[in-house]
Amino acid sequence: MTNDDFDAFSVAAIVLVCVVTLAVGAFGLRLSRTTSDFYVASRLVSPTRNASAISGEYLSAASFLGVAGLIYERGFDSLWFPVGYTSGYVVLLVLVAAPLRRSGAYTIPDFAEMRMQSSAIRRMAALLVVGIGWLYLLPQFQGAGLALRSVTGWPTWVGAAVVVVTVVLGVAAGGMRSITLVQAMQYWLKLCALAIPAFVLLWLWTSQGAPGPLEVAGPDADLSAWYEPLTNFPDDPYPLYSTYSTLLALCLGTMGLPHVLVRFYTNPDGRAARRTTVVVIGLIGLFYLFPPIYGVLGRVYLPPHLAEIPVDQIVLELPKAAFPGLTGQILAAILAGGAFAAFLSTASGLVISIAGVIGQDVLRPALARVTAGDSGVIQSFRLATVVAVVVPFLGSVLTAPLGLARTVNLAFAIAASTFAPLLLLGVWWRRLSVPGAFAGLVVGGGLATTATIVTVVLRPDPGWLATVLAQPAAWCIPAAFVTAVVVSLRTPDRIPVGTAKILARLHTPEGVELQSLR
Amino acid sequence: MRETPSPEGTPERVRVTSSRRTSRAPARRPLETELDEQTVLGEVYLRGLMRAQFRLAATIIAFGVAGLGGLPLFFWLVPDARDLRLFGLPVAWLLIGVLVYPVTVIVAASYVRRATRLESTFTDFVKRLS
Repeated sequence: MTNDDFDAFSVAAIVLVCVVTLAVGAFGLRLSRTTSDFYVASRLVSPTRNASAISGEYLSAASFLGVAGLIYERGFDSLWFPVGYTSGYVVLLVLVAAPLRRSGAYTIPDFAEMRMQSSAIRRMAALLVVGIGWLYLLPQFQGAGLALRSVTGWPTWVGAAVVVVTVVLGVAAGGMRSITLVQAMQYWLKLCALAIPAFVLLWLWTSQGAPGPLEVAGPDADLSAWYEPLTNFPDDPYPLYSTYSTLLALCLGTMGLPHVLVRFYTNPDGRAARRTTVVVIGLIGLFYLFPPIYGVLGRVYLPPHLAEIPVDQIVLELPKAAFPGLTGQILAAILAGGAFAAFLSTASGLVISIAGVIGQDVLRPALARVTAGDSGVIQSFRLATVVAVVVPFLGSVLTAPLGLARTVNLAFAIAASTFAPLLLLGVWWRRLSVPGAFAGLVVGGGLATTATIVTVVLRPDPGWLATVLAQPAAWCIPAAFVTAVVVSLRTPDRIPVGTAKILARLHTPEGVELQSLR
Repeated sequence: MRETPSPEGTPERVRVTSSRRTSRAPARRPLETELDEQTVLGEVYLRGLMRAQFRLAATIIAFGVAGLGGLPLFFWLVPDARDLRLFGLPVAWLLIGVLVYPVTVIVAASYVRRATRLESTFTDFVKRLS
């Protein structure tokens, strides 16, 4: 790519999104006063706005660019990705939403400590939150680099740097209250940015007689592999296993993502947490109606045998291919702005959660030692924000992209193999012991991380072993559950003393006043 | 059940109240206290609620596993279904690309209705006994 690719409309849209994000954040800053405001928006965010914020935060680069790219590349089998992203919220809703809100904890490490009363488990959970968060930030930064390169020709680190700076300014300055407002706005921004060009493209396509991807590919081409479910690809010879493993990772991984749970603490109570989740499912479902349109129309206007485009850029390139001229440029600018809203919102949410953990578990104790307890909570949070973005930024600059949606899926698989057992057993099982919970985290996290590293670094030759390692959820999650249960049953004397009281707190409905809740 | 059982030898319980509780009817406390202190009675009620909630959650998940999770297996076992058309549109794409989302919202909303009803029944029961 050269500087001839400089697309002024798209750059203007990207600048506009960044500036509006900072402006709304600054407006929120005037509202945020106390530490509680800063972390959890004082738990006074209305369900609708909170649901918009959760959806805005959840719909990342993988959803905005990656899903459409995968559908363009692989066809039907990629439709399971958005289905899994949505179903994850159903699992979260029915199994953990209300109890977790009632636990009153702010992060997963908080919950782990509150439920298991063990600082070792808290530290392990904190380590995992930071690891999963960094892995999830990586594709956001890479996506930003790709998007900015496709509209300006600049090197990829520039786009990543733009996102890093905007996020740090927004998060470090305003905290959760202002971020809630920003995220809520960004959901609607993303939805419009994806939906409006989709409708225009659909209108164009039907007015041109709606040639399908099959006709465009020509009579000789065999597109049935793209069209039909369960296709054997050379690098994925076991489609049934891959489909189920992906679905399992996405369904159980959502509850374990660091930036998802933090959001639930901004609900006023458990019932509000449930109502909010239903709205979230509706909002993200609405959004996921659109990426397949780009995947399919990409096959029409940018058929793979003619166009050589990285799949993650299909969404951004499609309007220009379909409408040469001004209309295409304007649509492309809308999409570029929406894509940046996606990078910014997900990255902000992740950075808030990672910074919360780093600030609470690492920096505050360290600062307290140095300054003899003189340092404030907010200062350590701001410092932690910087730490939280630097590592994945360097990672995004130094490593080759693996594909946005695939990287995100590995983060889901690790979250599903570690936090899903901890949360599900923690909420529903009285006999979970401290060694059991710890062993579950170690086994699930160890296996999933190893599989991820082997897949990313060694890249084994296609075959059953490569498939099993690239899709680790189907065996890591059961292994983690079995380990946690077996070890717990063998160490009944290490069940936390207050388990019954804590479960009463998690499951007692609002309206029944427990004294231990005050 | 009006009195909280207190073990021998322990000092008599002192009720510490804060201003935020003064507006509440004091008669409401006993069964809630049972729940709070995990007396046998409180445990029984709470276990009942948890079991009912878990059964509801399991029903919803079983529905999802059968309905959604069954589809890949169905396509695997019945290859002819993979290219099924309805008015020229591929049925598999319509199911997984479009129809799945409204169904998910309906299922989620019906879960919330049922879960809230379970909790209201529990709350009413506790208050009636108090």
